[in-house]
Amino acid sequence: MLGFLFTAIIVLSLAAFYVGRSAGNRFVAENGPATHSLAGYHGAFVAIWVGVPALVLVLLWLLLQGSVIDNLLLASLPPALTDGVAPGRMSLLLSEIKNTAVGVTFGEPSPELSAAADTWARWNVIAGWAMFVVALAVMLLAGFFAYTRLNYRFRARTNVERFLSGFMIFCSLIAIVTTLGIIVSLVAESLQFFSMVPPAEFFFGLNWEPQISIREDQIAGSGAFGAVPVFLGTLVIASIAMIVATPVGIFTAIYLVEYSGRRVRNVIKPILEILAGVPTVVYGFFAVLTVAPAIREAGSLLGFATSPNSALAAGGVMGIMIIPFISSLADDALRAVPQSMRDGSLAMGATRAETVKNVLLPAALPGIAGGLLLAASRAIGETMIVVMAAGLIASMNINPLDSVTTVTVQIVTLLIGDTAFDNPKTLAAFALGLVLFVVTLCLNVVALTIVRKYREQYE
Amino acid sequence: MSTTLSARGATDMSGTSAPSTTQAPAHQTVRVPMVDANLPRLKAKDVSVFYGDKQALYDVSIDVPEKAVTSFIGPSGCGKSTFLRCINRMNDTIESCRVLGDITLDDQNLYDSSLDVVELRARIGMVFQKPNPFPKSIFENVAYGPKIHGLARSKTDLEEIVESSLKKAGLFNEVKDRLHSPGTGLSGGQQQRLCIARAIAVGPEVILMDEPCSALDPIATAIIEELIDELRENYTIVIVTHSMQQAARVSQKTAFFHLGKLIEEGPTEGIFTNPRDKKTQDYITGRIG
Repeated sequence: MLGFLFTAIIVLSLAAFYVGRSAGNRFVAENGPATHSLAGYHGAFVAIWVGVPALVLVLLWLLLQGSVIDNLLLASLPPALTDGVAPGRMSLLLSEIKNTAVGVTFGEPSPELSAAADTWARWNVIAGWAMFVVALAVMLLAGFFAYTRLNYRFRARTNVERFLSGFMIFCSLIAIVTTLGIIVSLVAESLQFFSMVPPAEFFFGLNWEPQISIREDQIAGSGAFGAVPVFLGTLVIASIAMIVATPVGIFTAIYLVEYSGRRVRNVIKPILEILAGVPTVVYGFFAVLTVAPAIREAGSLLGFATSPNSALAAGGVMGIMIIPFISSLADDALRAVPQSMRDGSLAMGATRAETVKNVLLPAALPGIAGGLLLAASRAIGETMIVVMAAGLIASMNINPLDSVTTVTVQIVTLLIGDTAFDNPKTLAAFALGLVLFVVTLCLNVVALTIVRKYREQYE
Repeated sequence: MSTTLSARGATDMSGTSAPSTTQAPAHQTVRVPMVDANLPRLKAKDVSVFYGDKQALYDVSIDVPEKAVTSFIGPSGCGKSTFLRCINRMNDTIESCRVLGDITLDDQNLYDSSLDVVELRARIGMVFQKPNPFPKSIFENVAYGPKIHGLARSKTDLEEIVESSLKKAGLFNEVKDRLHSPGTGLSGGQQQRLCIARAIAVGPEVILMDEPCSALDPIATAIIEELIDELRENYTIVIVTHSMQQAARVSQKTAFFHLGKLIEEGPTEGIFTNPRDKKTQDYITGRIG
């Protein structure tokens, strides 16, 4: 039904385009250069009027149809079904009715339930047909309206351009609205969490044991939500990653920009880009299966007690992951330093290394610093590698050979398995997520400000 | 344009004897000897430059007189800047660039593998078309060269070098109160003089200038031209310029390049008053270029 409707919209829009265009062609033939817009714009104008309102209507209809029918259904239910059901459990009743309608039932449904299910199914069919008819009517009316407006002085081009710019504004708003939505949902759930656990305990507590409180009979030993060890673990792993990635990334960029010939660059750059495209779960395998055992082996040879899921393994592999990120941003920053700076320094008799150290790096430093901050925010938010390679137990510990846990790992473990959204154990994930979001957002804002400011410097 | 040019060349070949000395092949340079010039220490012989497969310069030979200003003139793309950049091997930074022939300073070949290009560039300084001070303080800009070459033994030494270089570049009085403010904050003409001071600070023998005034206003240009005239007492200067008036004003020797070939070279006065080659004449009178 729906597929048929969308096909109809597309076909009718195409038809409208051809009708409009042939009208446009007629105007051009009759009036020549006095015609305001090219024939194609006339076609596009009519097509937009046919397609877009109908599409918007259908989407809105689909969005609202479910809840409208639900409410009507609830209102029409016989008291035999609704009696004794708590107001909060109405949605359960509704899903029971819907399941019955599609044939997913446990045992024999009561006759009232079957009747309700029949009603629900019937109303859905009616709503579907109504939508189809209304959409068709809207298309025809709008198309007729648009077609009657066409004449040789009609500014179809202006109208089409205006629609396009509006459409692009709409697209760019989607990301912003989504971000706002994320913030709202994170904040809402976090507030709920903080009503159960005092913020002071969360932000300053040194003990993180959220798993304890999962069963009701253990409520006496209710969990501890001091997130400091979790933040500390993230800090340790992200620091290790940055320690690995910063020098490697920057020196890679310097080599590529200042030293390598074109042929070498043409080999190394694509490989770096491939490295950037490797899924993080693959890095996770690498960390767990290769790096962690190697570090453990090396540690035991040297006589250090090394945990099998050491921070060093997770952090080191994460560092490898962000190398291409740093090197490509540092590459941009170095490349943005004008050639005249290099020439000036080289012409003074400076070597390449002296030029890099004394002129290029200072000039590119803001851009590189911005890149490092962006990379750091990625390292902090990185999930898959640490889920696979880092530990689960939060401990106040900065020994890189020991096991630490991170914010992202804790979020994942808190949300895996049975979750109850009125339980601080689950809600803690949102509080952690909020902190993560705020930290990475701040890092990104600062980094992007630095990068942008720096870009303008040599304009 | 090129067709009319070759047509003219053809009439020259077939017509009565031209004012030039001999009917030479197209890339035979017309040379007029310099009178009472210092002996040249910088000499180029049969220099050809290729960018990849494209030849940019054809067998250029020229002597650069000591402690005088030599100017290279010619239309855009004629190879004069390319040749200038060969003299301190700045073309090394361009990957596809190949230089054939010899350039010698005191009979030492600049392209000899035993020569250290860093030392060479300390002896042959360069000033660029667009002022390019480093994003550092005025003091640091000038101190840059002496520092990397270890010319100053102490802080006072360094300060002296900076001050005397700025004085020689005629900039000291304008900036003495703000030596530690950024060099990029100066005006265009001041920036260019800062770049000259920076080049002088290393104590070079030759200073190459690649259209040093093309990004400057007339007043700043006049100041720089005056400065060039003063500097020739102590330095050998080679200047590439688009402005024939500038060449006539500041230089003692002029070389005219066209399509990668050195067409004519000789005393500046002679070139502008009595050009021997038809192309030089055409360029100077504004018919080509």
